[in-house]
Amino acid sequence: MPVLSPAILVSAVLNGLLTGAVYALVALGLTLIYGVLHIINFAHGALLSAALFAAFFAFRLLGIDPYVAIFLLTPLFFAFGYALQRFIIGPASHRDDRNMLLVTLGIAVIIENALLYAFRADTRTIDVPYAFETINFGFTFLAVPRVVGFAAVFVVALALWLIMNCSDIGRAIRAVGKERLGAELAGIDVAHVYAMTFGLGTACVAVAACLLIPNYYVNPSVGNAFVLVAFTIVVLGGMGSVLGALIGALLIGVVESLSGLFLGESLGQIGIFVIFIAVLLVRPNGLFGARA
Amino acid sequence: MSDQKFPFSRRQFLTTTAVGAAAAATGSVVMPSVLRAQGAPVKLGVLHPVTGALSYSGQQGRLGATLAIEEINAAGGIKGLGKIEAVLGDAQSTPEGGTAEVEKMNSAGVACIVGGYASNICLATTQAAARYELPYVVDVGVADGIVTRGLKNTFRFGPGFGVIAKTALANLAAINDQAGKPAKTVMIVHEDSLFGSGLAKLLNAQLPQQGFQILETIPHPTPTRDFNNVVLKIKAQNPDIVIPANYYNEYVLLARTMRQQQIKLKGIYSVLGGAASSYKFVKEFPEAAKFIMDCNHWFDPRSDKAQALKKNVEGKGQFFTYEVYMNYSCVYLIADALQRAASADRAKLTAALASSTFSGHVMPYGPTKFVNGQNEGAAPVNTQVLDNDIKVILPPSFANAKPVFPMPA
Amino acid sequence: MKTLAPIVAVIAVLAAVPFVVQSNATLNFLVVSLMVALAGQGWNILGGYGGQYSFGHAAFFGTGAYVTCILQVRYGVNAWVGFGAGIAAGAALGGVIGALAFRSGLRGSYFALVTLAFAEVLRIIASVAPITGAGVGTLIKLDLGAQTFQFQSRAVFYWVILGLVGVSLVIARLIERSRFGVWLIAVRENEDAAEALGVNARSVKSVAMIISGAVTAAAGCFYAQYFLFVDSGIAYGTWISIEALLTPIIGGVGTVFGPLLGALVVKSLGEGAKLVTGDVPGLDLILYGAVLVLVIWVAPGGLIGGLAQLRKRLMRGATRAAASTQGAGHG
Repeated sequence: MPVLSPAILVSAVLNGLLTGAVYALVALGLTLIYGVLHIINFAHGALLSAALFAAFFAFRLLGIDPYVAIFLLTPLFFAFGYALQRFIIGPASHRDDRNMLLVTLGIAVIIENALLYAFRADTRTIDVPYAFETINFGFTFLAVPRVVGFAAVFVVALALWLIMNCSDIGRAIRAVGKERLGAELAGIDVAHVYAMTFGLGTACVAVAACLLIPNYYVNPSVGNAFVLVAFTIVVLGGMGSVLGALIGALLIGVVESLSGLFLGESLGQIGIFVIFIAVLLVRPNGLFGARA
Repeated sequence: MSDQKFPFSRRQFLTTTAVGAAAAATGSVVMPSVLRAQGAPVKLGVLHPVTGALSYSGQQGRLGATLAIEEINAAGGIKGLGKIEAVLGDAQSTPEGGTAEVEKMNSAGVACIVGGYASNICLATTQAAARYELPYVVDVGVADGIVTRGLKNTFRFGPGFGVIAKTALANLAAINDQAGKPAKTVMIVHEDSLFGSGLAKLLNAQLPQQGFQILETIPHPTPTRDFNNVVLKIKAQNPDIVIPANYYNEYVLLARTMRQQQIKLKGIYSVLGGAASSYKFVKEFPEAAKFIMDCNHWFDPRSDKAQALKKNVEGKGQFFTYEVYMNYSCVYLIADALQRAASADRAKLTAALASSTFSGHVMPYGPTKFVNGQNEGAAPVNTQVLDNDIKVILPPSFANAKPVFPMPA
Repeated sequence: MKTLAPIVAVIAVLAAVPFVVQSNATLNFLVVSLMVALAGQGWNILGGYGGQYSFGHAAFFGTGAYVTCILQVRYGVNAWVGFGAGIAAGAALGGVIGALAFRSGLRGSYFALVTLAFAEVLRIIASVAPITGAGVGTLIKLDLGAQTFQFQSRAVFYWVILGLVGVSLVIARLIERSRFGVWLIAVRENEDAAEALGVNARSVKSVAMIISGAVTAAAGCFYAQYFLFVDSGIAYGTWISIEALLTPIIGGVGTVFGPLLGALVVKSLGEGAKLVTGDVPGLDLILYGAVLVLVIWVAPGGLIGGLAQLRKRLMRGATRAAASTQGAGHG
């Protein structure tokens, strides 16, 4: 198998970084929610699917370019996520982590099938003029939308970091994440903080969808393809750590790409999970996670 | 929908004890034709994965079947038996879901079941139906295992893997020869479940015999999020031909990625390509679809009935995909068998199907002939995307265009 | 024996069902529900009694299914022996994963995720390894007969799975009543406190996982015999991981009958949803998800927990009423 030429290896690494960027966008939202609410948000994939549909219709019906749609969909999905947590997930789970898992699972089923019912199962794609434009990197061509996505991830990560560290709500979120009871006693409205966190996480997903859609497709179950990888990244990077999610995602992207190259696409998927298991067994707090 | 195994009252059951005893002994349900009053509808089970991962194909399949039933009923139903009543079932894209639906359809007293779509679903559903000697016509499922288990109730209208691979390779060799043998090396990209792996195995065995050299066989999962590495490998090894065998979404991603990386090939020749013979693909990605060849299920372009159906389906805003016309044909096949059997009795229907020589379908198969449940005349057809349309290029008897190979630069 | 009486009674009643119900559709429904109940009881032993929530019980289900399939198809092993081997394999896998996970002190969400990862790894391997037939899957030859564990009549399958469920109920009851069970529940309630009191949490959890793996693997072996076809998505897919955890949680986590009740309710719900919404795709599953959310909202202890709460409230009402009439007497 003539696969190990340096040109191919470099291309694979670059490819992995670009893919990792997309994963990062999905994982950033998840790590926030995981870090604060301490739950695996099963609805994350379904929310991504919903956001992709939103971006699709924004383009098809309103003629809004996906990159512009970011500014429309982000606040919209923030509100949606806030409402979801505040009025459904929060009350339904009676503050129990394990219940929250099930409630988010139920919501995932509802969202995915609502999309199926409303929009049928056909795969939809959009054809933006820059979808096929590439940047010539010597041996390989990098698709413009993916490079944009890569750059955008750092912007989003920076924005999140600023919110978390330099704003009141960010401080409140971190406080609740560390010590809920104490934060409550200090007068923080925990239900509101939970909802804000969920809203932020969902907003990230909306950004991810807009950046993803030029090069990907839309159907009700498309989000599922990203969810397990996103979980892996969250654990790898450390729960609640934005930097961890970012670096973890890029790392996972490169690992996936290289193991796909050496082991084949099917077996290569194993690379991610082997790393996952290894991290869990050896260093469960992840690369950047706080001590348990 | 009656839940009883025997859909008549206790008194009637006791008076027909002989029938009951025989049925109990064999475990099958026998519908005495005396109960089939003139004009009472004949029930036909229409089973597809309309929810879950395969929902698009399932919905298309259901569409084709129900269109056929509507047409037949509009023309007065089946001569001597009356109208067809569709009993719709959702296999939920899993074998267990399919099996549960077969049970329900059996309880509802269907004369026959059509559908299944996916090979793994069909394996389970045909087996479940076999318990009741309920005839089952497989619409698409291509795994060879479906018709090699010795089940008397199972009929497959379309071709199986073995025939598809053989035809695909013979046609590839023919096209290559005709062009002066410009192609020698091949790379296969296939999805890694029953459909893709089974096909890849056959291709690997038979391609060298046709004089081609396989540089690499690349499996990938469904779904696959990104094909850049796969395309990198293709670029590095520079084959003459790439053979994809996967479902719609992955096919589209692969084709788009190949274009992005500016891969230059002599041909893209897919076998059961998920998107290659899809009007949807051609409409949405005309640039990426140009000149792609496929060996796939396809309707007979010379058939007026097929063209009328195409207009009808497209008029409804749907794409004219293979699930539609294969199910459409299967229902007509069953209707013909019902008419010849002059009864909805399962044993008689099974016999009528087995001896069927039906040509009123819209596929390029000729009259049906079932040997061990497989329709011998069934074969795939070669298509190519030319002039923003899908044309049939082989076999010559059904073709409406000549192959363009190698792909122009 | 007294402690097993309720189990015997329930099983006896359920065993009579095939004599009353003629419909094969219903029998099939019950068989699948009982199979899910069995898988759920396996989960319940580790998760309900032990408090360790696994998100990857498919690992055991799939291992049981594949081991029995492969032994029969590739090595000509007898189906019943294969069944036993599948269960043993599930137990062994439970031991391995338990040893790894608990040695590293994984708890809570971390434990859930590591089990999820194991199930995924197995799924990927199964989808490429030649021994499992890779993507094509493994097909057991249709060969009706008692010696090949394939029965013409669905009723016989029903009694088999019912028997297995009965055994799992007995196991759960015995655990409840044993010292091991006390330790296990102590670990669930507060692992650190239990350790302080001298309970070897790690070995207790590991034993629970071994039993759990064996029981769920049995469900997988049964699946293989009933449907005669297994592939990586069926064996190790998330569907069974979710069903295995859903049924005990809905029915009543940490109770003997929880998984059984939960399985029957959840499956009936699915069927009911389909009836109500007809043939429109997606609508029935929306209903399903909505009910799931509602159940958690309204009765988080599952149905058994909810019933117990209801009973308590009624009793409280009754005693209050009794006390007020008494109180009048006492002045």
